[in-house]
Formats: sequence, structure tokens, C-alpha cells
Amino acid sequence: MANGGSWSPLAIELSDINKSFGDVHANRNVSLTVVPGHIHGIIGENGAGKSTLVSILYGFYGADSGTIRINGETTTIRNSADAIGKGIGMVHQHFMLVPNFTVLENVMLGREGSLSVETGARKAREALNKLSQDFGLAVDPDMIVEDLPVGLQQRVEILKALFRGAEILILDEPTGVLTPQETEQLFDILRALRKQGVTILLITHKLKEIMAITDDVSVMRGGEMVAHLQTADTSPAELAELMVGRKVLLEVDHTPARPGAPVLDVQDLCLTDAAGIDQLKQISMTLREGEIVGIAGVSGNGQSELLDVLSGIMAPTGGHFTVGTNQITAERPSDPAELRDFGVAHVPEDRHKCGIVLPFSAAESMILGYSGGDEEDGGWWLSPSKLEESCAGRMREFDIRPPIPKLQSANFSGGNQQKIVLAREISTQPKLLLVGQPTRGVDIGAIEFIHKQLIALRNEGCAILLVSVELDEIMSLSDRILVMNNGQIVGELAREDADERALGLMMAGIGAEEKDAGSAKGAAS
Amino acid sequence: MADLWLQFLLTIDATLRVATPLILCAMAGIFSEKSGVIDISLEGKMLMSAFVAAAVATLTSSALAGMFAAIGVAIMLGLLHGLASITLRGNQVISGLAINILASGLTVTVGIAMFQQGGQTPNLARAERFRPIELPFAEQLGGIPIIGTIYREVISGHNILVWIALGAVLFTAFMLTRTRFGLRLRAVGEKPEALDSAGVSVARTRYLALIIAGILCGMAGAYLSTAHGSGFVREMTAGKGYIALAAMIFGKWQPRGALLACLLFGFLEAVASRLQGVELPLIGQAPVDLILALPYLLTVILLAGFVGKAMPPRAIGEPYIKER
Repeated sequence: MANGGSWSPLAIELSDINKSFGDVHANRNVSLTVVPGHIHGIIGENGAGKSTLVSILYGFYGADSGTIRINGETTTIRNSADAIGKGIGMVHQHFMLVPNFTVLENVMLGREGSLSVETGARKAREALNKLSQDFGLAVDPDMIVEDLPVGLQQRVEILKALFRGAEILILDEPTGVLTPQETEQLFDILRALRKQGVTILLITHKLKEIMAITDDVSVMRGGEMVAHLQTADTSPAELAELMVGRKVLLEVDHTPARPGAPVLDVQDLCLTDAAGIDQLKQISMTLREGEIVGIAGVSGNGQSELLDVLSGIMAPTGGHFTVGTNQITAERPSDPAELRDFGVAHVPEDRHKCGIVLPFSAAESMILGYSGGDEEDGGWWLSPSKLEESCAGRMREFDIRPPIPKLQSANFSGGNQQKIVLAREISTQPKLLLVGQPTRGVDIGAIEFIHKQLIALRNEGCAILLVSVELDEIMSLSDRILVMNNGQIVGELAREDADERALGLMMAGIGAEEKDAGSAKGAAS
Repeated sequence: MADLWLQFLLTIDATLRVATPLILCAMAGIFSEKSGVIDISLEGKMLMSAFVAAAVATLTSSALAGMFAAIGVAIMLGLLHGLASITLRGNQVISGLAINILASGLTVTVGIAMFQQGGQTPNLARAERFRPIELPFAEQLGGIPIIGTIYREVISGHNILVWIALGAVLFTAFMLTRTRFGLRLRAVGEKPEALDSAGVSVARTRYLALIIAGILCGMAGAYLSTAHGSGFVREMTAGKGYIALAAMIFGKWQPRGALLACLLFGFLEAVASRLQGVELPLIGQAPVDLILALPYLLTVILLAGFVGKAMPPRAIGEPYIKER
């Protein structure tokens, strides 16, 4: 590193940072140096300690030990106000925006200037105009934030940081909610910021992003910093190996599908919610035995609702769908138990909310929804020993660690919790498997395993409907890809024809709603 | 005809007087709840300050001293609620309920110990109460039809706290929309982490909101025992704190809406007391019990039926914990 010889001090210098939460050593002797004016990536799996590290840098947590130097000065950062005072700005993974405030109100919050908001608002408006000219960051200051598309909300977060005079900008998993096009726009903004001398710390678990935009990269694993590299000198394969600690297969072994008879037939399915908003508009599709159909889309475009309806959690308000010979309509709705009897299994998007009960033991979580059967229990009575026995078997089969049926579900890692859900749903040998976000918050090793299981299940003849916001996952697993936007299916692509650009345009609704997209673009430029 | 007009004006006048503590409490509730703290302790704060106002007024022979003591004690209770629900991150409903029970018991116990009148305070003399303020020329202008009578019967003759209550509505509206504190207050009730990451203390903002709520509740209590009434009677708030809460929710946490809802409740109560013993066509003697129960019934209906449609502050009831 160009430390002593360089005439300008390092933007960030962390040494021997330690932080524990109870028994979990989230950061262990972590050191990091960031050169000013560089885009520096930190990559690692979920739970590697990346977010903890930047939270310490932004004053959300205090470190147990270690020193922080900003621009060469040793400092203590006790809270966000301290961090802002040191010129550090942060764009959080979950936006820190007040949803029903205007852009202007959000930007000036905490920096109002005087007791009355009027003068602060005027100053903020001027500053916003200047920032949007300097960096091409245009947003209408009087728009209500929750009415803005996610990409623009993120832009407001960046503006907020810059308005507070940030010279070091931290972005925590900034692309998780963006379409590929929005990601490109974000990267353009980051490049423009770098040109103006802003130092950027980019936290991500996506190898592609590190390769695309960073100058330097640091790799974290298990709470420790395992490597500092220059991006130009490394490769995705090397980074993946460093992240996981062993060689990983980045590509899934995907053989051509042999689709059979239709399993699920959906016709003009509609869902209008209690507020009168159409969440699903005339959805039609067919799923056959032995194929995986992926649903791509920016989260919040109706995918969750589609899963809820197909799994029987919500009743459709129009149209119908048929599973085998059973038709479900608004007049004759179903419920999850009945659909399970029809051969539908469901791995829900939010495993903590719908997949498992965190305080339950693994053995109990393993039979949720299936406790009516007679293999684990004698009808009325639960037999803990039988439950644990069958759970232990599935734990071996699905490589769930630690293999302790009595252990509380909450004490398993995200990947192993997901495997518990998957094991439960797959072992009923379903005809149709609905899967939502199968690898959200799951480490690379477990992702590999889960993907293999899904392909194997498909090869046995199960029809799989896969909903994921991870485009790579959709593209590597699906035989056909449907794209959802605004509650509608806006396009279908065969596996061979799908690429990120084509999917991204569909996800953004371009083509379907040219007018809307055009005006959004106008606001963006 | 003229008599009916006079009856109407007197009812409006009574509406204002009955609605005053509701308005003060509802504004207090707006401050607490906009900051994200559920405030069912409006009732307890008002009851305790009603007692303290009357007791101190008796001892010092000054209504003003009584009111300031009432404000002080309401602020203390607000800080207690804050300690439990902000600092110690307890359940806000339970903390509020505890304060209500505390106030209900303590006022009677201390009242009996101090005055030996079964929990009441002695009847207050004129100087120990807030007196009606007769506006200039009320009698002379009273002769003018309509405008004059409105001036004499409705506008003139209220004590200072009625005017303060109406002023509190303007104050609340101004604070919420035009000031730095208001911006932060609204932000902390919607998305506390946004305020935190902007470098402003969530706890400080919420405590400040509870202190302002305490001041308003203190005045509401003082009004009950030293302006509207002439001494403290046990349980004299009789659920008015909850009615104010319902009015605030019905008014969608907005000062203007809450004011209108308070006036509606006040009107029902005023009508109820006017109708006592009056012969009505078809029904006969007015069912006083039913009419007296109307504001409470309406409270239940509003709380149960309209909450779903109103949009509460998003972070309400959740203690702020930095995410892991």
C-alpha cells in the first residue's frame, strides 16, 4: 500500500478492530486501509462481518477494541453525528428515509440550519440543485419519497450524504434492490463521484460488482479480513475461493429439461388487496412436470403475492388456477393445508416469518404444516423421540449443521435454516414446489447445495416455480423465465435467450409501459 | 324562536367548555404519538395534575401556582413513561396503564391523607380558581341580534385555559409543520433509524415530545379541578383521557382533525346535559343515561371501527433498538 511515501494521508485506516455480540465474534482483528479517491470494495458472505465493520465506522456500534484513523487522524466515532462530522456518509442497505416525507425534508433532516424549517429548506434546495448539476443526480425535491422508484430513493440517500459534506461514502449492498440498468446508473454516479475526489467504500457479496467498479478489494470471511488485493490483479474465481475458504462451483450443472404433463395451470389470475390496489393483473401461465420456471422482477412487483395466492395463503379475487384436477377460484378458494394435499409444497420467501418458528427446536420446525400425518406421530400425540429420529435422518440427507434435532431453530445459520425448510417441503415428494428467494441470506456453500437439490428434484419430475430477485440465480436454474412488472407478466424468455440486459429492460417495464419509463428516465437525466 | 337560538348558543358555549380538556389532551397525544410513543397515560397524567392543581391552589390560594405544580407533576409522569418505554424499551401500553393505575390510587390516598374529605379537595374559593374573562362590551353588544348574542354567549366569558387550549391547536400545527423540532418529531415516529443515521438522538427527541405532552396534560388537569370545577373529586377525569385519545386517532393524528373530533365529543356531552329531563317528541323523556353514555359509545366505535382507515405513525409502539 502507498502508505508512508504518499503525500496525502489514507482516507480510512482501521487497525485491529474487534467486536463481539454475545458469543459471536463478528469482527476479529480487522484491519483495513482505503486510499483517498479510490473505490474500495469489501466482499464477503452474509455474516462475514462486513456490515458490522461499516456500522462501527459509521458510529452505529462502538468497537470493543482497535483504532480508527480518518484522513490520518486517530478518532473515536461514538455515533452517526460524529461520523458525519468526520466527512463520512453512508447509504444503508435498508434506506434510512422517512417514507412520507418529501425528498427535500429527508435531505435536510438533522441539518435544518435553524429552528424554523423555512431557511433550511431554502438552503437545502439550492444545495440539491448544485449537487444534481455536479454529479448528474437529478431528483425532484418535492416528490414524496415512497412514491419514487427504488433507484431514485437510493439517489436521495446519496444526496443526503453529500449534502452533509461526505468525502467518504459507504454503500452497504447498494444493488440488491436495483434492476441491472439502475445498477449501471448507480455505477456511473459512483465513477463521477470518484472523479470529484470522493472516496467510496462498497460493501457487497456480488463478485461481478467488485470486478466491474472497484480499484481495490478486501475480502472478509468469518469475521476476519483474509485478503487485500488490487482488483486488476485478481479474478472472480480467486475471490470466491477466498470468501468461502475452498474451491466453489460458480456455475450450476444444468441439463436440458424434459417437460411432461401440465401440473399447474393459471388463467387470468387477479388479486386486489384490501386497499383496492391490483396486486396481480390477469396472470396466466402453465407449469409442466420436470421444469423450473423462474419469475424475475424487482421485488415488490407482485411476485410475493403470486406465491401467496398459489400456496393458498391468500384467495384470488379473479381468475383461477388448477393444480392437477383441482380448480381454485375466488368463489372456491383453498388454503395451504388443502393445497399440500394436492401436492403443492412451498418454501416461503421470508423463512423467519413463514418458514420456521425460531424458538422451536429443529425437529419441531421440521414438521410444521405436516403434523397431521402419521409417520411422526400417532395422530393426536406428538412423539418427541420419533420426531427427532426422522429429523436426524433428514439432517444427514440435507447436510444440515449442526445435526442436532433438539437445537433451537434460531441457533442455525441462515443457510441451515433454509435447508430445514427445504428438507421439510421436498421430503413430501411434491408435484409442484413453490420457492421464494431460496438463497436469500444464505452463504455460497449452501447456495451450491440448494441449487443442486432443486435441479435434482426437477429431474425427478417435480414442477418448480422459482421466485428470486437474484437474476443470476434465475438465469442459472430456470428452463423458462417469466418477467413480472407491476403485477403483470410482461414477458417470457427461453433459457437460451435470456441475458441480463433483456431481462432488465422487461423488469423495468420498458416496452410494456413506454410512457412511464420515458418520463422516469427524463427525471433521471 | 329567540329562546331556541339562545339554547343553541348556550349549548355551543358548553361544548367549548367541555371540549377544552379534551383538546389539550389530544394535542398532548399528538406530540407523544407523532414521536412514536403510545400515550394512553393521558388519563393518568390529567387525573394526577387535576389533583395537584386543586391541592396546591388550596394550600397557596393561587390558581396559577396550582397549574404550574400540575404541569410539573404531569411532566414527571411523562418522564416516567419515557424512562420505561424509551430508555428501558418496555411495553408502552403497559407503562401507560401503570401510570393510570398509579394516578387513580395515589390521588385518592394522598387526598384522604391531606384533606380528610374522602379523596376530595376542599372547595376552592374564587381567587383559587381560573375565573371567566368577560370580554369588553359583552353586555352592551349582546343586544345586537345574532352577532351580538354570539359574542356575549359563546365568545365572551371563558377562562384563560379555554383560550390556551385553542391556542395549543395552532401551536401544535405550527410546531409540526414549520419547525425543526416538528420535522424531527414526525421523522422519529415514522422511521427512527432515519433520524439516528442523520445524527439526531432518537431518545432526546422522544423525551422532548413527552415533556411537551406533559405540559399540555398538566393544563388539562388544572382546568378540570380549578377552572371548570371548583376542587378535585376522585376519578374526576372519568375517561376523558381515553376520549381525547380516541379523538386524536379519529382526527388522524392531525391537530385540526383532532380539534374537530374533540368538539364533536364536547357537543355530545353538552347536549346530553341540556337534554336531562326534557320531553322529546316520540321518545318522551330523554333517556339521560343513554345520552350520557354516547361519548363513550362513540369512543369505542371510533377506536374499533376507524383505526384501520387512519394512518398511525409507522414506528408507533416500537422501542427503538439499533439493528444487529
